[in-house]
Amino acid sequence: MPKKASDSGVLLLVGTTKGAFIFRASGARAKWTMSGPYLRGDPVYAMAFDARAGRQRLWAGTGNPFFGSSLLSSDDMGETWSDREEHAIKFPTESGLALKQIWQIRPGPANRPDVMYCGVEPSALFESRDAGKTWTVNAGLLGHEHRVKWTPGGGGMCLHTIVPLSDSRIGVAMSTGGFYRSDDGGKSWRARNVGVRAEFLPDKYPEFGQCVHKVVSHPARPERLFLQNHWGLYRSDDWGETWHDIANGVPSDFGFAMAIHPHDPDTAYIVPLESDGFRCVPEAKLRVYRTRDAGKSWKPMARGLPQEGAFESVLRDGLDTDTSDPAGVYFGTRSGKVFASRDEGASWEMVAKSLPSVVCVKATVLAAPSHAKRKVATARRKRKTARRPVRGAR
Amino acid sequence: MPVVVAIPGPLQPYAGGRSMVVLSARCHTVGDALVALGDEYPGVRDRVLTEQGDVRQHLNIFVDEDNVRFARGLATPISDGSRVTILPAVSGG
Repeated sequence: MPKKASDSGVLLLVGTTKGAFIFRASGARAKWTMSGPYLRGDPVYAMAFDARAGRQRLWAGTGNPFFGSSLLSSDDMGETWSDREEHAIKFPTESGLALKQIWQIRPGPANRPDVMYCGVEPSALFESRDAGKTWTVNAGLLGHEHRVKWTPGGGGMCLHTIVPLSDSRIGVAMSTGGFYRSDDGGKSWRARNVGVRAEFLPDKYPEFGQCVHKVVSHPARPERLFLQNHWGLYRSDDWGETWHDIANGVPSDFGFAMAIHPHDPDTAYIVPLESDGFRCVPEAKLRVYRTRDAGKSWKPMARGLPQEGAFESVLRDGLDTDTSDPAGVYFGTRSGKVFASRDEGASWEMVAKSLPSVVCVKATVLAAPSHAKRKVATARRKRKTARRPVRGAR
Repeated sequence: MPVVVAIPGPLQPYAGGRSMVVLSARCHTVGDALVALGDEYPGVRDRVLTEQGDVRQHLNIFVDEDNVRFARGLATPISDGSRVTILPAVSGG
């Protein structure tokens, strides 16, 4: 539901290779304040905000190079992060697999407020039915017959995108592997890549093996999906059964990042990159491209963005929208810049210019906490700080 | 004399704040020592070993002065009084 830009404020979570940063603004989004780094020194490739069931919970997936990948949460806007004695996300011993990195944290649908998902490397989907307390690996995907033929992309063999489509349907995207959909709540999965090109394989249109970089959908029209491929820009209007090229008027159909407009299923955003051999924006001009007609045409949105000597790159989770009206659009670059638009991409302002390399940007409109919620939050905070270990902003 | 395990700073919160843990169990190998340590401190175990029981890539385990990577890995023998040291490698970024 559209949220009028109000005094409830907007929260921008920015994961970097050296920790997480939190930006906050009033509903007008005119001025941003930054806090962090949180989880200092750890790469934070996945962040999420869970506002369901009265929560105000931040989630972060860290990838400590020495001690492994951890899933952490904070109920006090990053002041303290609950860690666990044992890692929350673990592969079963009999799988022979070991977790390398958490790539995606995704709260489930609003009507299932205790469902959460994590996408990880090596490619697997983890699910929680108790709001993130306990996690189990999705057995259908873990045991999928295609698994032995999935191969790692540049970032590793990861499941990086989770798209809940309905109560029983869910989609995931992997590099490489492609797009897979389950129609039975995750029990079984089928590759859905018809029409998606695999430039790097002899068979250019295989059943699976595509290097999908990002998939987005709109809850009001879940059968429509947009897909940014490793070369290729596609749309499906049938839940991913078939895909059609929509690279109409973009300077390159190579890229990683993609975001959907919060209120209009015909509007999506991308940041094209020149090529897989030169992963910078074309012509060294930093431009977000927006379609208003479901991919029939794309227009550059560049006002306020550097248009000279901008050898910038935006990664797959580096672009997001908020649910305000007009919508906010946000992205972060590998060079550590964060840009924000409060007019749906028409103009941009730099919010940060020298962060560590940005790998994840998530935006959300905050609901003003009621008195009762504040009491709950305070109680949770007290319980949490009484437990150990707790990691704060170091 | 019992086997002693030296815990690196970042893992001490998962070992009750200790920099040294004296193992009461009888251990014949480094693997035995890490299992015994993990039974007492599962948070340390998860950060030293993967769920498949392998030492994480960017950690080194020493028995006294010797890196077990150049010995027999987790099967490296230890004896009473051995000191097992867990240290982050010089990798990272």
